[in-house]
Amino acid sequence: MNQKYLPLIATIVIFVVSYALCALQYPNILSTRVIGNLLTDNAFLGIAAVGMTFVILSGGIDLSIGSVIAFAGIFLAVMLENTAIHPLAAFVLVLLITTLFGAVMGAIIHYLEMPAFIVTLAGMFLARGMAFVLSIDSIPIKHPFYATLKSFYYKLPGGGRITLIGGLMLVVFAVGILIAQRTRFGTNVYALGGGGQTSALMGVPVGRTTVMIYGLSGFLAGLSGIVYSLYTSAGYSLATVGVELDAIAAVVIGGTLLTGGAGFIGGTLVGVLIQGLIQTYITFDGSLSSWWTKILIGALLFAFILMQKAILFLSHRRGNYA
Amino acid sequence: MKHTSDDILVASGIVKTFPGAIALDHVDFSLRRGEVHALLGENGAGKSTLIKCMTGAYRRDAGTLTLSGSEIDPRDTLDAQALGIGTVYQEVNLLGNLSVAENLFLGRQPRRFGLLRTGEMKKRAEALLSQYGIDINVSAALESYSVAIQQVVAIARAVDLSGKVLVLDEPTASLDAQEVEMLFRIVRDLKSKGLGIVFITHFLEQVYDLSDRITVLRNGQLVGTRDTRSLPRRDLVTMMLGHELQSAEKAVGADIIDSGPVRYRFSNYGKAGRVKPFDLEIRKGEVVGVAGLLGSGRTETAELLFGVHRADSGTAEIDGKPVDLSSPRAAVAEGFGFCPEDRKLDGIIGELSVRENIALALQARRGWARPLSTAEQNELADRYIKALDIRTSDREKPIRLLSGGNQQKAILARWLATNPSFLILDEPTRGIDVGAHAEIIRLIEDLCRQGMSLLVISSELEELVAYSSRIIVLRDRAHVAELTGSEITTGHIVNAIAAANAAGGMQ
Repeated sequence: MNQKYLPLIATIVIFVVSYALCALQYPNILSTRVIGNLLTDNAFLGIAAVGMTFVILSGGIDLSIGSVIAFAGIFLAVMLENTAIHPLAAFVLVLLITTLFGAVMGAIIHYLEMPAFIVTLAGMFLARGMAFVLSIDSIPIKHPFYATLKSFYYKLPGGGRITLIGGLMLVVFAVGILIAQRTRFGTNVYALGGGGQTSALMGVPVGRTTVMIYGLSGFLAGLSGIVYSLYTSAGYSLATVGVELDAIAAVVIGGTLLTGGAGFIGGTLVGVLIQGLIQTYITFDGSLSSWWTKILIGALLFAFILMQKAILFLSHRRGNYA
Repeated sequence: MKHTSDDILVASGIVKTFPGAIALDHVDFSLRRGEVHALLGENGAGKSTLIKCMTGAYRRDAGTLTLSGSEIDPRDTLDAQALGIGTVYQEVNLLGNLSVAENLFLGRQPRRFGLLRTGEMKKRAEALLSQYGIDINVSAALESYSVAIQQVVAIARAVDLSGKVLVLDEPTASLDAQEVEMLFRIVRDLKSKGLGIVFITHFLEQVYDLSDRITVLRNGQLVGTRDTRSLPRRDLVTMMLGHELQSAEKAVGADIIDSGPVRYRFSNYGKAGRVKPFDLEIRKGEVVGVAGLLGSGRTETAELLFGVHRADSGTAEIDGKPVDLSSPRAAVAEGFGFCPEDRKLDGIIGELSVRENIALALQARRGWARPLSTAEQNELADRYIKALDIRTSDREKPIRLLSGGNQQKAILARWLATNPSFLILDEPTRGIDVGAHAEIIRLIEDLCRQGMSLLVISSELEELVAYSSRIIVLRDRAHVAELTGSEITTGHIVNAIAAANAAGGMQ
C-alpha cells in the first residue's frame, strides 16, 4: 500500500472508532442534528484550517489567522453599523484586505528571506491591533441580510440541518482538495515542502507560489471571519484568540507532516471533526470541564507527531535496503 | 578526422577566477554529437567549475560557449536547460516527496481547463520511462525507489527537457555494479540517439568502459584531450597526476628503521562500501605513504584507522595487544592523531584564535573537567608557533585570517600537542605555497626521527617517494600494492595505479 496514505488512514480510523465509542454511550450522537451542528459549529475553524494546510504543506506556518478572523469580524460589524454599505460589498472588501495582508506576508517571507514564524507572528499582533483600533466593544450585527443568510439551510432526514456556513465549509474543503491535487499550483506547494532550493532548480516559481500560498491563507481567514460573524451575529476584537493553534492541531492530526511536503486537505477536515467530536462528547456528558477538549487534543497531537516520526524512520530504513 | 560540424558544444578559452585563485585558466573543451566524453582530474583540477560554467551555475569571466553553432550565455541552470544542456548530479536533485510522474513533469504537467490531467501525465511518464527500460509505479513517491532508479528518473527528466547535451556529474558514486551496468546501458542508448554526454567519474574502469574521448584538467588548466582507445591507462594516470615521470627515486639509506618492531598491525581491516579489507603494519618511527587517485579509498582508509567510521571486519593491534578503535575518541585515547584532507571543513574552526585551535585536541583528551589554564594554553601556543614557524601576528588572531600553509601547521600543532605516537596526515601539502610545502616535509622527517609513526596520504608522488619508507597503493577502494625499498619510485606508483584489474581489462 502507498505509504503516504498511512497518517490519513490512521486519522480516519481514530475518528470512526471514537465516534463509535461515543455512540455506544450516547446513541443520540448519531442523529443528523448532531452531525449538522458539528459542521456548523466548526465551519469557521475548518475554513481557516484549509488555508493553514496549504501553508504547512509548503513547509511554512501562519500564526496570524486567529487575529485576521477577529479583524474581519469587527471590520464587518463596524462597517455595517456605521455605513449603508451592503453586506455583500463589505464581504468583498474584507476578502480583498485579508488576501492582500496574507500576500504581503508571503512576499516578506520570500523576498526578505525571513522565517514564516516571525513574519506571521508580527502579522498576528498587527491584525489584532487593527481590530482593537476599529473597536474594543463587541458590536452586534443586526442587518436583515444576515438573517436572510442564516435562514438558508438544507434539511437532512431526521431533523438535522446543513446550514449555509456548514455547507460553505464543505465546499471550501472540496475546492481545496481540487486545488491541492489537480492544479500546478497545488503540486508546486508540495514541491516547496519537499525542498525550496531543489524546487527552484527544477523551475518552480518559488516567489510567486509563496505569495499565493499566504494570500490564499489570508483569503480563507477572511472568509472564516465572515462565517464567524454570521455564526455569532457580532464582531469582537477579542474573539478567536488562539484559533491558529487549533487550526495547526487540526492539520497535524489530519496527517499533514509539520515539516511540509506530505499530507492531504481532506485529512484536515477529519482533524477538525475530531476536535468537534470531543467537544460534543463533553457537552453530552455535561459534568466534564471543557478543558478536557484541550487535554485530549494535546494528547492526540503528541501521538500523531510520534507516529509521523515513526513512519519517517521506518521509510528511511526501508529506503536504505531498497 | 571527424568534421567540426559534429561538435555540439564547444567551450573555448574559459576563464573563471575566485578571490585568490584561478579556478579555470583558458580551458578549451569540445563535445561531439553522439559521444561520451569523460572529464577527469583530481580535486581542485577545475572539473566542476568547468561544468558549472557550461550549465550556467557560474558566470564565466572570459571565453565563449557555442552550442550547435550559435554562441550562448546561460544565465542560470534553467536557462541552460531550456537551451539544451541538462545536468544530473551525484546527489539526485529531484523532490523525493513528489511522485515519479510529478518529478518528470513538474512545471509542464498536461492540463485541461486549468486542471491537471493526472491520468494522461501517468501515461506519458510510463511511456517516457519505458524508453529507458524501466517499468515502475509512477504514482508512488520518488523517495520510495532506490538511488539508481532516482538517477534514471533524473536523466529522463534532463533529456526530455534539454535533449542536446547531458552532463553526468559522478552519477555512479553511490551505485552498485549491477546498477552501474543499467545506467551505462541507458547512457549508450542516449549516445546512439545523438546526444553529447559529458561524464565525470573517479573510476578509471568506467572511463575505459564507457567513454569515447577523455579530457584531463589539472590545477585549472587543460592537460589535453585524447581518444580513449589510443590512450594507455598509464599515460592517463600520468596526465592526471601531472608528473612527467622524471623518476624520483628513494635516497638510499633512509629506510634503516625498516627493521624495527611492528608497532601497529591491522589485519583484514575494512568496512563494506567504503574500503575493502586490508592488512597494514606500521613500525615505530616509520612513514608509510598512501598513493592512489581521488576516490580510490585513501581518505576512507584514514577515516577507518582513526575510527571516524567503524570497521566491520578485522582486528587492530598495538604492540601485539588488540585495541578498540570504534570512535575517534577511542583512537585519540590510544595516541592517534588525524589531520583531515579538507581543513576548512573538518579541521580548523575559523572564528577561534590560533591558540584555541592548537589547544583543542589536548583539551578534548584531558576532558572538560580539567581545563587547560590560559597560561598553559599560551605556553603551548607560543611553543608550537615557534617550533613550527607558524606565521601569525599573535596567537589570538582568528585562524581563518592565516594562509593555508600556516593553518595546516596549526592543525599539525594541535595534534602534536597531544603527543601522539601515530599520526595520520591526509594531503598535508594541498593548497599551500612551495615554501610551506618544504617545511611540512622537513617536519614529517623530524617527527619520524623522534620515533613517531606516520601515515601520509598525498597526491604529490615525488613527495611521497621522498619521505616514505613504504608506499601503499590504492585503486577502486582496495589496497592493491605495497612498494618497499628500491621499488619506491614515481614510475612504479603510476604503474600500480594504472594496472588494470585482471577481470576488468582494457577495452
